[in-house]
Amino acid sequence: MKAFQKTLAATLVSSAVLIVGCSSDEEATTQTTAAPEEKSGPVHPVTGETLAADQTFTYWALDEHSSLDPQIMEDTAGSDHARQLFEGLLNQDEDGNLVPGVAESYTTNEDKTIYTFNLREDAKWSNGDPVTAGDFVYAWRRAVNPETASPYSWYMEIMNIKNGAEIIAGEAPVDSLGVEAVDDYTFQVELTQSLPYFPMMVNHSTVFPVHPATVEEHGSDWTKPENMVSNGAYKLTEHVVNERVEMERNEMYWNNDDTIIEKVVTIVVPDENQGLIRWKAGEFDRGPVPSGQFKSLKEEFGDQAVSAPRLCNYYYTFNLSESGPEAFQDVRVRKALAYALDRSVITENILQAGQENAYTFTPSKTAGFVMPEVDWAGWTQEERDAKAKELLAEAGYGEDNPLQFDLLYNTSEGHKQIATAMSQMWKSKLGVEATLNNMEWKTFLTERGEQNFELARGAWCGDYNEASTFLDLVRSGSGYNDGKYNNAEVDSLMEAAKTSANPNEQYTAVEQQLAEDMPIIPIYFYTTNFMLDDSVKGWPYNNIEQNWYVRNLYKVAE
Amino acid sequence: MSIFILKRLLTAIPTLLILIVISFILMHSAPGGPFTSERALPPQVEANINAKYGLDKPLHEQIYIYVKSIVLDFDFGPSFRYKDRSVNDLISDGFPVTLTYGSISALVAVLFGVTLGVIAALNHNTWKDYTALSFTFTAQVLPNFVMAPLLVLLFTLYLGWLPGGGWEGGKPQYIIMPVIALSTSYMATIARITRSSMLEVMNSNFIRTAKAKGLPYPRIVFKHALKPALLPVLSYMGPAMVGLITGSVVIDMYFSTGGIGVLFVNGALNRDYSTIMGITILVGTLTVLLNLLVDILYAWIDPKIRY
Repeated sequence: MKAFQKTLAATLVSSAVLIVGCSSDEEATTQTTAAPEEKSGPVHPVTGETLAADQTFTYWALDEHSSLDPQIMEDTAGSDHARQLFEGLLNQDEDGNLVPGVAESYTTNEDKTIYTFNLREDAKWSNGDPVTAGDFVYAWRRAVNPETASPYSWYMEIMNIKNGAEIIAGEAPVDSLGVEAVDDYTFQVELTQSLPYFPMMVNHSTVFPVHPATVEEHGSDWTKPENMVSNGAYKLTEHVVNERVEMERNEMYWNNDDTIIEKVVTIVVPDENQGLIRWKAGEFDRGPVPSGQFKSLKEEFGDQAVSAPRLCNYYYTFNLSESGPEAFQDVRVRKALAYALDRSVITENILQAGQENAYTFTPSKTAGFVMPEVDWAGWTQEERDAKAKELLAEAGYGEDNPLQFDLLYNTSEGHKQIATAMSQMWKSKLGVEATLNNMEWKTFLTERGEQNFELARGAWCGDYNEASTFLDLVRSGSGYNDGKYNNAEVDSLMEAAKTSANPNEQYTAVEQQLAEDMPIIPIYFYTTNFMLDDSVKGWPYNNIEQNWYVRNLYKVAE
Repeated sequence: MSIFILKRLLTAIPTLLILIVISFILMHSAPGGPFTSERALPPQVEANINAKYGLDKPLHEQIYIYVKSIVLDFDFGPSFRYKDRSVNDLISDGFPVTLTYGSISALVAVLFGVTLGVIAALNHNTWKDYTALSFTFTAQVLPNFVMAPLLVLLFTLYLGWLPGGGWEGGKPQYIIMPVIALSTSYMATIARITRSSMLEVMNSNFIRTAKAKGLPYPRIVFKHALKPALLPVLSYMGPAMVGLITGSVVIDMYFSTGGIGVLFVNGALNRDYSTIMGITILVGTLTVLLNLLVDILYAWIDPKIRY
């Protein structure tokens, strides 16, 4: 028997030897989730609802954030964390209106080029230091400093801050940025030219303050839980890459008394279906709605399945540059393709989650944006189809000379379904032969950016709630104008909108011009879909940017 | 023997260098870069970022700097995707996780696989053999990305016995499902290898001699037959071990374990050059070492093999 043991051992050595990381702590064998001793806690101070004893808000995230450093972060996952950990000059309320943050109020000069923010004196960092105007100056300079190499430094440029562009280009010293701490509680910003929506831009994470001493002391390690000092309603307590982020109430936060949720937990599960199963098992308060499942989830879970409009559009862009196909230079072809798509098939049969059909580039729910009158939006689909056939025939395409082109999208099951439906509609209505191609994300972006496509998918989410965040893309000089649409009229309208008292006039004109030129095919406007446990109250359903602050949420006893 | 080991270790150095250079070049020739995004960066912003990460230098210089900092400082550079972390941080956080569930899976796969294979072989063409065979067939064709959601449905949603994912420093209840999902198909393969080689050995002359000598059956099986029968399993286990302990993207994705499997795949998708390189080197080194270990074990088990 001894020989057998030896043999077996030999076989197993390769595996057994390697079990070294297996040191689990002794107490770990206890149960997974400790059931709360008492079912309910105190009542909500305003609404009088009985609060749940366990005020932990756990939510699902599809992907790990790229950074927790406000000036470095660039993704939604990151800014969801930033809004809890940090507080900027202004916040948004549940409807998306601006409300005071660290700044109690602000004033501006007559030509709106100088903004003066009056900071509250009771705002504190999590280590007890006061939040001062100097902290904002430090953070804003840091955002444009070439050494920081922030991927969002361009945001400071489009905020029109004096010398922003020059500093990024390395042509001006960092301290020449148009920001100043007049005194500890007065922060002043100087713009190169007025920007009607400037105040809306200051609740973005790029312009959140950071604690200078912490950043200086720890360098790029300052965002680790043991080092981070923050000024938001929560402080970071744990972060395991690709697994979880945990935050707990920041006792130093100036409005800490109003905070009800004690702990915020984010769990990364890069698969939506798996995330949903875990939501169903009660592991998350907020979970995903996998594509195409909204309707059935709504039936099963009622209002726990949420669909809210989102500031994003979904479109296809024609390649109008020299490398694009000859056929697309003809506006009749472009219009025919845009008209012949029955968007209801896409939103109601494929997506099924309350998405809105799009006939403009700017989403209808954008603040201050009045939907312009574009002729084809008002037609019935039959009228559009008839017009499409007529236009395509005029352009010289028909059964004996069918229009053929390649359609490109980034690899995804959802995009594939939509592209298939589109090509089917074109085929049956117009006899058009669209060949479907898909590419992995970064390859797709490179190809599209270099105009190696004929018709390509695009989507854009607003950086702030104003139409220019979308319409900037159709300017000829925009770096994101991958279709190379070029119309001097549109360019001058967009330039005029920057200083206009009522920029909506210009935006309407631009949209009408787009309907005339059809450089892109608008498909639909996104919705935000998620599952939210019915014990969670205070969710800002009407905030179109879905900027949610956990300190405004609370959990009621079930 | 020690000269053999030394030789093998020395040849590992050029192997790894070639691996680094080829991976580096392949990686950089993939379209897009770490900072390609939907919002194409303004050229000046991109230049600043490239300068910060040294991507503005010619490729050969980048390789030189990279290799130098590994050799001199054991520094694999900052991650381009997880900007708050260095690759050293990411690997030292993620690898123990992967190593834990990978090694346990290997152990489970070998223990159950060998047992099952031996039982099937000794009961050749009986119901036990057929049951074992059909079980291994099923297990082999059931990929772990199907197993994982099924397990979570069963144990988390319906029975409520186990948490649906997470790691929490490696508490047992978080390890069980990843191990089942990961080990099953390896176990099936091992069972099938063991079964066929055991059948072969049991029909060979020296076993017939042993039987003729009147040795007790268990002694024949365990002392004489099992040892040579396990050699094919051993050669399978070398590369399989590397696969197991360097992680499974499926396990990390479905169970949010935070191992290096998901890092590797995300690294590739995000063109996170430094992370891809770091993990490639780790996998390369482990492959060399484990293959060496298998060769040593071979010599130990089989007296005919001498180096």
